[in-house]
Amino acid sequence: MEQTVKKVFVGKYSELPERLGKTVILEDKEIAVFKLANGDVRAIENRCPHRGGVLAEGMVSGEHVFCPLHDWKINVTDGLVQAPDEGCVQTFEIMKEDEQVYVLVPSEITQS
Amino acid sequence: MEKKKLVLIGNGMAGIRTIEEILKLLPEEFEITVFGKEPYPNYNRIQLSKVLQGDTEIKDITLNEWDWYEENNIRLYPGETVTKIDKDIQTVYTDKGKETPYDYLIIATGSNPFMLPLPGADKEGVTAFRDIEDCEKMIHASKNYKRAAVIGGGLLGLEAARGLLNLGMEVDVIHIADYLMERQLDRSAGKLLQEELEAQGMNFLLEKQTAEILGKKRVTGLRFNDGGKIPADLVVMAVGIKPNVQLAKDTGLEINRGIVVNDHMETNVPNIYAVGECAEHNGMVYGLVAPLYEQGQALAKHICGMNHQGYKGSVLSTQLKVSGVNVFSTGLINETDQTKSIKVFDEWRNTYKKILVEDDKLAGAVLFGDTKEGTKLLSLIKKGANVEEYLESSQSQDDNESIVVSMGDEEVICGCNGVTKGTIVNAIKTQNLTSVEEVKGCTNASRSCGTCKSLVADLLTHTLGDEYEADEKETVCACTDLSRDEVIAEIKEKHLTHSREVMNVLGWKTEEGCSKCKPALNYYLGMVYPKEHEDERESRFVNERLHANIQKDGTYSVVPRMYGGVTNAEDLRTIADVAEKYDVGMIKLTGGQRIDLLGIKKEDLPSVWKDLGMPSGYAYGKTLRTVKTCVGAEFCRFGTQDSTGMGIKLEKKFEGLNTPHKVKMGVSACPRNCAEGGIKDVGVIGLDGVWEVYVGGNGGTDLRKADLLAKVKTEDEVLEYTAAFLQYYRENARYLERTSHFVERVGLELIQEVVFNDELRQELCKRMDDALSVYKEPWNEVLESETTLRDLYEKVHAK
Repeated sequence: MEQTVKKVFVGKYSELPERLGKTVILEDKEIAVFKLANGDVRAIENRCPHRGGVLAEGMVSGEHVFCPLHDWKINVTDGLVQAPDEGCVQTFEIMKEDEQVYVLVPSEITQS
Repeated sequence: MEKKKLVLIGNGMAGIRTIEEILKLLPEEFEITVFGKEPYPNYNRIQLSKVLQGDTEIKDITLNEWDWYEENNIRLYPGETVTKIDKDIQTVYTDKGKETPYDYLIIATGSNPFMLPLPGADKEGVTAFRDIEDCEKMIHASKNYKRAAVIGGGLLGLEAARGLLNLGMEVDVIHIADYLMERQLDRSAGKLLQEELEAQGMNFLLEKQTAEILGKKRVTGLRFNDGGKIPADLVVMAVGIKPNVQLAKDTGLEINRGIVVNDHMETNVPNIYAVGECAEHNGMVYGLVAPLYEQGQALAKHICGMNHQGYKGSVLSTQLKVSGVNVFSTGLINETDQTKSIKVFDEWRNTYKKILVEDDKLAGAVLFGDTKEGTKLLSLIKKGANVEEYLESSQSQDDNESIVVSMGDEEVICGCNGVTKGTIVNAIKTQNLTSVEEVKGCTNASRSCGTCKSLVADLLTHTLGDEYEADEKETVCACTDLSRDEVIAEIKEKHLTHSREVMNVLGWKTEEGCSKCKPALNYYLGMVYPKEHEDERESRFVNERLHANIQKDGTYSVVPRMYGGVTNAEDLRTIADVAEKYDVGMIKLTGGQRIDLLGIKKEDLPSVWKDLGMPSGYAYGKTLRTVKTCVGAEFCRFGTQDSTGMGIKLEKKFEGLNTPHKVKMGVSACPRNCAEGGIKDVGVIGLDGVWEVYVGGNGGTDLRKADLLAKVKTEDEVLEYTAAFLQYYRENARYLERTSHFVERVGLELIQEVVFNDELRQELCKRMDDALSVYKEPWNEVLESETTLRDLYEKVHAK
């Protein structure tokens, strides 16, 4: 089994809005990229497991984002939905090269 | 042993209180039967005016539920009148043919309203104000008629008048004396009360004696004996009450003004007792609740065979809330040659205090506006205290400390029910009480007129200390132990201007708050420092951050501003063009008379706004949403005022205002109220020459009818009172508290007290202007800022 990783350019680090999300559109999915108050950048699937809310528009507190549709609380680092709700979202790795921020997206999983 | 038969005639407050006292002493001793002519369980007649105002139901003022009778094995015959007593064979007979023998008979038939024997008094539309049926009559009349005349400027008359005002009627109060409530107040207090009530919209005709009630079948007006006339569609007689003694008289009991009783409430016939308003003790007939309850207690002890000194008469005191104004009086009210008085008139706070001293002893007092001292004065006067004692105690009184702290254990907190401080404190301690409701349930304190509630609350705080506060406190969210009020106090005191600063300084338990406290803090900061605080976009819910309404699929809806719901062909054409160009999913008219374009992609929002060229309709924010209007006088054949013009003015003035929750308004031009102001946060109804401003309505989750805040004459005044109300709401509501809940929580009376105070109203309006001065049209602001466009509206397309 082989997995290729696609490096997707998000933007310049200084141009990412702090405590807010940014939507990255891929062919088959959207990713929400957050620049947290401590300066870290995190990326998760832009889709709440509850009703598909766009997490990039949620309110960011620490390392959590609150879904704008029904206020589910999701950890942007490990992708876990916080109690009392349950579930998880996919997380993605971030790569920083100087000022450039990339998100690493595993693409088609192919059988070798 | 066979139980003794106890029969009570009259299912009212005095009689039932006597039964309660008896049950306390000897719960198993009697077989109790109660006859009451009204078809209700015992209710709180003092609060009848609340029923009249239409927002309180009978069950809310019920003192003893049906269950109570059942649980105590009391046979109750509601709606059944005792017509005859045979004192020889000790049996009563009712209008439904029932015969009931008794061992003890208590007559508590209360009193009847005194109806002036005027020509025309039998016309349709003439009523008393005494029971629930009268209230229903008046409520019904208010729906079909406009002008009410209340004869009598005593407490009852004023309560009736206030109720009728709330029901939307115009009210004239006719009074024979030259000032109001002359039996309870002196001239100064009476005049202050009059000014206050005039400001609320009552009209007074003093020193007038009604000579005739005019009209054919239904009343059309009144004629006075000076020849003057006024029109009226409803006449309420509230000139007084007279003891209901007919049955006692027919039975051959001794009657003077009331049924004559001795200190044990015994009549001249063995085993027949009288208690309450129908009884006359030592030449006095009492109409206030405290003496009646004292009588009930004395009678209960006597019937139960307890050794008791009996009833010794009552020192009268009146502690009342008339139309939101507190008044108190006790003992001597007017000066005599022998008295010296201590008077304090505070024109600033509009309070007045007069204490009469006779032979160095306190002899009487009148308080207006601030009645906190009432309970203390009453107990000092009761024990015949020296004036020095009073003066010393008021000097040592710390202003911030509640008066209950300095009170002795034997002093009475609840005058109606005779509950002392000691009893309450003891109950709090031994039964672990933590709320006013619990204290009420255990001790009866605050159960009747309710004016002592604040004292009971003070006692809880004083007795339990911080525990009590912790129990009652509602924190901002789980991130903090502080309440809204505490947070705002800290923001002001420490001059905090950013949410993060608030969280750091006040020791938030979470790093950066949550979706509850972030927007709340952002709102509070903006409210306290409108010019200084910079709105924090990351603390805004998505809709308010992006200035559009998010939909379930992540698209947005756009509602352009359309002031007062009025538009024109050109704007409609533009909207249609934009809808086509961006291929909107649905065009929909909103509940607030606006056009909603749904299904717009986030990236397209700025260009949609640019193409529209209209201001944001703010359909997404905690702010003024829309002002819905009816057609109004310009076109409508019924319209009496320019409702669209008024609506546009309101919307232009308040657009973009940050509020604790959304605010919706409606303006109609006649009582048909097509713009549905009765369920809006602010509803305005234009009548001929007058505007009515209603507040606190809600058509959503918790349906609530708006309350009449004020009647004003001009459009400017509508704006002024609306501004004052909204600013008061902004400053005192919890974040996300709608006006309906807010008005319910703090009470219309308090809000009226504030907005009718010229000084306070102007200050509120000034602060409102400050808040409005920072408003910038948000769509245009976005279009002008490249950073905002990039940060918030651009998405990244992966390459």
